[in-house]
Parts: sequence; structure tokens; C-alpha cells
Amino acid sequence: MTHRMAEGFRAALLDASRPVPVGLTDGRGGVAGRRFAIYRNNVAVGLRDALVEGFPTIERLIGTENLQGVAGVFLRQSPPDSPVMFRYGAEFPAFLERFSPLAHLGYLPDAARLDLAMRSAYHAADSVAIAPGALSDLPADTLASARLRLAPSVRLLRSAWPLHDIWRRAHQADAPEPRIVAQDVLIVRPVYDPQPLALPAGGAAFVAAILARATAADALAAALVDTPRFDLTALLSLLISAQAITDVETPQ
Amino acid sequence: MRDLALPPHLPNGAGVGYKPQHFAALMQDPGPVTWLEIHAENYMGDGGRPLAQLRQLAERFPISVHGVGLSIGGETPPDPDHLSRLRHLCNWLNPASFSEHLAWSTHDGTFFNDLLPLPYTAATLARVCDHVDQVQTALGRQMLLENPSSYLSFAESEMSETDFLREVGQRTGCGLLLDINNVFVSARNLGHDPAAYIDAFALDKVGELHLGGHDEDADDAGRALLIDSHGRPVADPVWALLAHTLAQTGPLPTLIEWDTDVPEWPALAAEATRAAQALHGVTA
Repeated sequence: MTHRMAEGFRAALLDASRPVPVGLTDGRGGVAGRRFAIYRNNVAVGLRDALVEGFPTIERLIGTENLQGVAGVFLRQSPPDSPVMFRYGAEFPAFLERFSPLAHLGYLPDAARLDLAMRSAYHAADSVAIAPGALSDLPADTLASARLRLAPSVRLLRSAWPLHDIWRRAHQADAPEPRIVAQDVLIVRPVYDPQPLALPAGGAAFVAAILARATAADALAAALVDTPRFDLTALLSLLISAQAITDVETPQ
Repeated sequence: MRDLALPPHLPNGAGVGYKPQHFAALMQDPGPVTWLEIHAENYMGDGGRPLAQLRQLAERFPISVHGVGLSIGGETPPDPDHLSRLRHLCNWLNPASFSEHLAWSTHDGTFFNDLLPLPYTAATLARVCDHVDQVQTALGRQMLLENPSSYLSFAESEMSETDFLREVGQRTGCGLLLDINNVFVSARNLGHDPAAYIDAFALDKVGELHLGGHDEDADDAGRALLIDSHGRPVADPVWALLAHTLAQTGPLPTLIEWDTDVPEWPALAAEATRAAQALHGVTA
């Protein structure tokens, strides 16, 4: 295939307004005509369906048909750059921020970030959590100078929207109406199924510091600056019960 | 459990394309299924359930790794990052087989998520052979190359698809994967005789057969246009073409592909049973 032929083929695949490339036949001496549309359709439907599958919260929030329509616009602007399709759609939240027909649903970009984080947590490396008593067994000053290592599947999302309530409302029939409150979400994966947890006030500041390799004392300080009434014990027991802590690195 | 010290190979029996919803059924009673095929790109994460289930399946079944993303027929060499992910998967899994398609899917960094056609010329032949060489070198193993399903052809093509594939096999030492549904779909769409295609195929190089369902559409002239959808049972003429093939090759590893509107396990197992019966009907 000449480079020009390949270019014409590629361009016409994602843009139905372009003519069918010349030099394609129906195998019997006739022109290919709408036979080319099969490839166009396969590409568009394949990518669209991958996006619908990859953004289940957005699907529940705006409906399958609406998401299919939005995906059709997105996939032409941002086709995949890798064959690993479970990673496709990283630019979708930023796209939604600019997509004016859905501007009235300001929480959609964060909901899309949640879907991406759930997917990436699902495929993250396995890990073994520390024993439930491992932290309480430590002397207080040892814990203060320790660095906690979190599971590779842990994801932190900070949102100005009631992101956890929105997720619950989208996926659970009996979930209450989202409250008008900002919610930070921690995604944990106790075994193989990622779960989003609503973080208590100050929790995101603490986890962000831990993920940045701060000591427990420095992470606590950051959380207290964020939220003076931050409850360290409650947050640590949440992390432990979610099997999110995999190691406690104490100074030698 | 399979003895991991032995070099694995695909048995000359029925296999199915693995879908996670069939995990429990397969682990409990695989029925006629003696091996499984996975799509490589679905297992390129770092961990989690996909790899854990694959590890369990690999203890019970020989696994064929089937790639859809190398773009062997593309203008540029296979993406080194993707090749490296594939090498990592194959080193970890030690599969019984690795196969890819005579097609392209990536151009200028864009992945189209479809198996796109190429003309059969001296230039594309040289390029495909280079790419197959690169894959076989990177993986340190022989690969199988699969014939595509076609909806159109290229005026610039200089040789038949069967000659093209035979030549790739001869130059690179790769084996071939013969997708019998693709043969039927392409032959009907382009006005060829599917049995004649099989007879012209380099059958001595075939390491695996594929079967799948197709849908029916129409072209501008109102002629039937078959779509390789993998969303329904294998059509009767494709079963007949399987018998025509097996009469010449003897039993081969034979896979049922069902990728869209995936049915409950019993419906897929029934297709595998039919493939196993076709294999029992021929002598090696």
C-alpha cells in the first residue's frame, strides 16, 4: 500500500464526509462503495462500545444513548493511542469539561475520573495488606516516623462535588439523593473488586501526603492543617479494614 | 494440572475464545473444551482478577494467546512498547501458541481497534515479513498468522491472499492460522469459491483453525455482504468447509470464537461439541 493510499484510508475511516479511497474494489471489478462503510462502522462502533463499557457511571447518569452520542464525538477527537483498550479514555474527563451540551452537568468530569480510577484499580498489581493489629502494636513515636505504603490499587480523587453520593445514586437503586457537599473518594480493592469509599474531612490531605511518601507524623500535620478536627484513628482503621496498607516502613 | 516443565502445545481438539463470564463453568466442567484462547490485550494489566483467573485457567488448559494490536500489516514496525508488553505476557504465561492477524490496526500512533485490510504486493509482502520476523525475534517463538475476512479488495494487489500467506510462511518460518469463517465471508463478499481458497492454502503450515459466526448485510448492488461479527452460531456452510479442510489436514486445534452477544456457557459448549465431533470424524 502506498503511503498516500494508507493516509486516505486512515483519514476516511474516522471522517464519513471524506470520499471512499480510490483503488478499492468489490472483488468483481466494481467500486467498493459502501463496503468501505463496514470498516468505518466497525471502528466507530468498536471504540464507542469500549467507551460505554469503560464509563459505567457516566452511562447511568446520562443514559446509554446519550453516552453513545458523546462517545462518537470524543472518539474522533481522541482515538486510542494504544491497543490496550482498557486504558482508553484518559482524556474523556477533560473533553467533558469542554463539551458545552453537557456543561449543565458540572459533575460529569469528576464522575468520569472516578470510572477511570476504578478501571485502573481493577488492573493494578496485587498486594498483601498488613495484619489488622500491625499499627496498634507499634510504639507511638515509631508510628509517627514510619512511612505507610499503600496498595498499588489505591486511587485518591478529590472533588468539589458529592462524588461518592453521585456514584452510589448511579449504581445502587436504594441510594439517597446526593447531598450538596464536596466529597473526596478513596478507591480501594480489598481483593479483586474496586470499591469507592467516601473519605472523612481531612482524609484526602492525609492520604495525599502518604502517597507522596511523607511520614505518618507529617501526613497527620497536613491533615490537621486541612481539617483541625481530623480523626487519625478513624482514618487508619478505615485504611486497615479496606486492606489498603501494605507495609509500614520504620526508620532503622 | 499440566506439567509446566513440558513444552506446551495445543491439542488437536476443540477450544473456545475465553470470556470471563464462563470462568466458573470452565473450571467446574469444561465439557468438550480442551484448550482456550485469550486476547492478549485484555491481559496487559499489572494484576487483579484478569491475571489471577488466567493463572488458574493456565494450570488446567493449554492457552493460545491471540493478539489484535500488533498491526503486522501496518506501514511501520510493530510498536516496541506493545511488543514489550506482549513479551512480558508470553514470558509469564508460557502459552502453547501465539497468533496475530494479516491486517493493520495502527497508523501514525492511532489505534483503530479493528483489523483493516492491505493490498497484496511485493512491497507489502516484504513489510509483513519484516514485521513477522521482528515479532518472532522479540518473543523468541514461532507465531501463527491468520487470514483476514474481507469486504473489499485493492486494485493494486498483485497476488492472491493464499500465495501471499504461503510466501510469508516460507520467508519467515511462521505458521498459519486458518480462519474458516473468514474464508467463507471473504469468498462470498468478493465472489470467490471458498473451497478453492482452502485448496490453495498452505495447509501444511496451519497450526490452528478458527470458526465463528457472521451476520448478513447487503452491498450497493444488493448482493449479500457477510460481516465477520462473531456474534452467533457457526453457519452450516462454514461447518461444511471445516469438513472439507479436515479431510485434507487431519485433526487440528479448532477454536470457536464468540465475541459479541456472548451466550451462556451451554450454547458455547454446544458449538465446541460440534467442532469436537467434526474432529473425531477424521483420522490423523
